[in-house]
Amino acid sequence: MTIAEKILAKASGKKKVVPNDIVMAKIDVAMSHENADVVLRSFREIGVRHVWDRDKIVILFDHRIPAESEKSAATHKRLREFVKEQGITHFYDMKEGICHQILPEFGLCRPGEVLVGTDSHTTTHGAFGTFATGIGATEMSGVWATGELWFKAPESIKITVNGSLQHHVSAKDLILHIIGMLGADGADYKAVEFCGETIHTMSIASRMVLSNLCMEMGAKVAFVLPDEKTISYVKEHTNKKFEVIVPDENAQYIKELPIDVTNLEPQIACPHAVDNVKPVKDVAGIKIHQALIGSCTNGRLEDLAVAAEIVEHKKVHPDVRLLVIPASRKVYLQAIKQGYIEIFVKAGGLVLNPGCGPCLGAHQGLLAPGEVCVATTNRNFKGRMGSPDSFVYLASPATVAFSALTGEITAPETE
Amino acid sequence: MASITGRVYKFGDNINTDVIYPGKYLSITTDREEMAKHCFEAVYPEFLTNAKPGDIIVAGKNFGCGSSREQAATCLKYFGISAIIVESCARIFYRNAINLGLPVFVAANVCQKIDHHDDIEIDLETGIIKNMKTNEVIQAAK
Repeated sequence: MTIAEKILAKASGKKKVVPNDIVMAKIDVAMSHENADVVLRSFREIGVRHVWDRDKIVILFDHRIPAESEKSAATHKRLREFVKEQGITHFYDMKEGICHQILPEFGLCRPGEVLVGTDSHTTTHGAFGTFATGIGATEMSGVWATGELWFKAPESIKITVNGSLQHHVSAKDLILHIIGMLGADGADYKAVEFCGETIHTMSIASRMVLSNLCMEMGAKVAFVLPDEKTISYVKEHTNKKFEVIVPDENAQYIKELPIDVTNLEPQIACPHAVDNVKPVKDVAGIKIHQALIGSCTNGRLEDLAVAAEIVEHKKVHPDVRLLVIPASRKVYLQAIKQGYIEIFVKAGGLVLNPGCGPCLGAHQGLLAPGEVCVATTNRNFKGRMGSPDSFVYLASPATVAFSALTGEITAPETE
Repeated sequence: MASITGRVYKFGDNINTDVIYPGKYLSITTDREEMAKHCFEAVYPEFLTNAKPGDIIVAGKNFGCGSSREQAATCLKYFGISAIIVESCARIFYRNAINLGLPVFVAANVCQKIDHHDDIEIDLETGIIKNMKTNEVIQAAK
């Protein structure tokens, strides 16, 4: 069996699961951000008085913090009251950061478990060997009530990556390259498994970039094979016991994709589709108005480190707004300690509070008609970050940092 | 209700949930009638004047990709869209729509066989879709 099949078998009390089996799985972690308010409405309609397990539900605020409108303020208030009413133990108010960064920081991503979230990028937590996937609000209300959810066991795609990445070429460039090859629906309903020497030398943060962006090719779950690095990270963040699950040697895959990254160049997803991927040099020279470093994809310490090194002792181009958004309070504090925040501010960057920022078009740096933004975020759909007549390019922290300095899309030096 | 009949409102491939329901309205969390006022508003604003309750959306592959926002299915349901027929559907949207009582059918090459504003009939039990204009019959996947 593959990892997906083995975890679903374990969670549903079965010996064997094959693709397309429908199983009822027990849920280990159920996460919702502000859209817990949508879940709450359905939960009240079900009529159950208490949630199934107050220790397994996570509620946090990251999408619209601080509240950008009275409506959001009311949502936050309603949810704080619900958290108190139910005694939810894992509640993270707006001070902590983005859900997909703080779940691992608080020890809630563990190998071999089933984690669901009312956020599509919940695939991120597959980087820890967790069966982690996004679900809708109505389904989550059922999880709050019963602790279970049905799944159709997915077929699996195995991606084996070998070779050393060039200087300034990162996990972001690799996953954009893969999405460009497979397409926006290339992994629809599928589980992805990443393995190979390149992956195992990658940091946890970089692995999370891969699992995060697999959502943009439709993946249901996206695992990185857990190894010593995974185990030591998880043990540093929780005392809870977990079982590491790896695929059987005779596991069946519907597709196997070997990739050699030795000559991979910096990649960029052009408007208005995440699979519209090109080498950065092919679109170099396009004038930009905003450069954004942050989000659940690339707002971690190593991302800020790369960008800080590039902009240190330099000035952001006068026609560019550089926005920097640490993914969490912990990342923010570490970035202050390392001196990165000072570097960004001195260079003319604007550092915003940890959270989703303008990525989803709610607030904090939306685009006017005709404006161009190069961002480390995950979606460049028409109208995603403001005006439907604006243009978002998705790239690595290095590409965004170089572009912020020159005022135009700029490919990083790879030597 | 054994069948649904309606006029077709047609879209292409990869219609994502940001396009169906813009992010700036995500702060609307409980008022479903209000959500319905913003279907496709940012990118296809003509939908709100040209589509009418009872219409059936026909679209290409990967409909509903992107964000898990349930408002994308809720807004269509409360606008009055009676069914959705697509060549393929993104998984979260698919489950959201069905959970809300908005039927989604998957039918290969449906975009080649049905045009914008054709009148069609869907048999809910058999999944047989009939184009009343051309009399062509399409079988949806079961």
